[in-house]
Amino acid sequence: MRERDADYLFRRHAGEVLGTLVRTFGDLDIAEEALQDALVEALVRWPREGEPRNPAAWLVTVGRTRAIDRLRRSKRRPDREVTSERRRRAPDIDVLDELANELSDDAVSDDQLALVLLCCHPALNTDSQVALTLRSVAGLTTDEIARAFIVDLPTMAQRIVRAKHKIRTAGIPFGVPDRAKLAERVGAVMQVIYLVFNEGYASSSDDAFIRRELCGEAIRLGRTLLALVPDDTEVAGLLALMLLHDARSPGRLDGDGQLVTLERQDRSTWRHNQIEEGVAIVDRALARRTPGRYQIEAAIAALHSSAPTAEATDWAQIDALYTALRSRVPTAVVELNAAVARSMAAGPDAGLAIVDALIADGDLARWYLLHSTRGEMLRRAGREPEAASSFATAIRLAPSQTERSFLQAKLASLHR
Amino acid sequence: MKYMLLIATDPATRQTLTDEESGAMMQEYFAFSDRIRASGEMVAGDPLHGIATATTVRVRDGQTTLTDGPFAETKEHFGGYYIVDVASLDRAVELAAEIPDAKLGSVEVRPIMELPASM
Repeated sequence: MRERDADYLFRRHAGEVLGTLVRTFGDLDIAEEALQDALVEALVRWPREGEPRNPAAWLVTVGRTRAIDRLRRSKRRPDREVTSERRRRAPDIDVLDELANELSDDAVSDDQLALVLLCCHPALNTDSQVALTLRSVAGLTTDEIARAFIVDLPTMAQRIVRAKHKIRTAGIPFGVPDRAKLAERVGAVMQVIYLVFNEGYASSSDDAFIRRELCGEAIRLGRTLLALVPDDTEVAGLLALMLLHDARSPGRLDGDGQLVTLERQDRSTWRHNQIEEGVAIVDRALARRTPGRYQIEAAIAALHSSAPTAEATDWAQIDALYTALRSRVPTAVVELNAAVARSMAAGPDAGLAIVDALIADGDLARWYLLHSTRGEMLRRAGREPEAASSFATAIRLAPSQTERSFLQAKLASLHR
Repeated sequence: MKYMLLIATDPATRQTLTDEESGAMMQEYFAFSDRIRASGEMVAGDPLHGIATATTVRVRDGQTTLTDGPFAETKEHFGGYYIVDVASLDRAVELAAEIPDAKLGSVEVRPIMELPASM
């Protein structure tokens, strides 16, 4: 029970408190130890004395004191745990003693932003960025992160240790870069958050709870980031995009755990409050006229989510948005979705033109989704024999039995 | 912190440059070296002769063997290095990106291990 409480407190305060402790001690490990010490003390004292008015400031103050005690002890009796390198890099204790304990809100949020940027530094590989962000900003335990990413615990622990070692040894700086560089660095953070979201989105009902919770974690991280860089309209776009996708998740799987296509989902299961919030955020961002991929994708998701029925979807608008998105994100998935939007807005022949161009391009000719989409468009165009042959190709190329059965059902429905 | 910027080049790519392009690249190198010397960030830096001049040394069971050539058969080879003393990795990366060969080959940024004086 007690440990659960400590985990809970860590989750609630890690992000806001850890950044300031990292700035003080210049080291993520020392900062985490300091926070753990402070949390243990909080568990004893808060129930007795009541929760302090500013819990974060309390934790920083106590954490600093405990860490300084620790550093003092290790200075007097250097033990093996404290490497010569860490001792050399630790700031002078007398200077620490003089540090004022009052924390202004600005300083705290600067520290928190610096911590997020540190965890997502481009010199770290993506897996490390994700693991560190979930550990240090979202406050998940290493065990939870391992289960969420279906990796064994020692592997995940090793990944985090390696990342911290690189930060310390390679001299990755803790701080907020100037405006010109900040947008790029925030871009890297957005990629990490979206990756976490998509891991959760791809989870199934059989997965561990924490894996299914990744969407919620990503949304929380998105809210944190937006609070730190409120003027970044792309961050707002990303948050809106995640809110809108997540709002539809109750309708995504049927009773057997199979995926339900958007047009066949029961829209009454969607979380409409969350859709309203997402739409409001993306509308506000778009009004500032600095569009980007996340805002455009959120605008597309908003149109899907706001349509009372599948038939009422505003495909003309969605088609126009995909045209804007294709120039920014020229990936296969975007091209394919653009083709579908075009076919819904301007008829199957217009969509087929895009799909056929993609197949002729060669690289994607063996991608089953391209052929199943083509089959669907041909069916709508009344060209059933050609549709059948496209579905057959898709079945041959499909990667799993689930997809094959789904496509076989489509093929069978042609002859009915 | 001190970093070594290891410049990896593919000799084949270098061959494709015209004399003018090669000359321009040399000028860029001189300008870069001047800049980081003036800023006080440069500790050392030199180009290396080509891999045809390399000799690889191994000692096994007390026996020294020499191999004519570099130690690994890769497309890219170390063609030179800089050692810089800068505030953080971010600055080291900025400097690495200014090295002309970063556009043709690659530059590996490695923090230099500082051993305690007692060792």
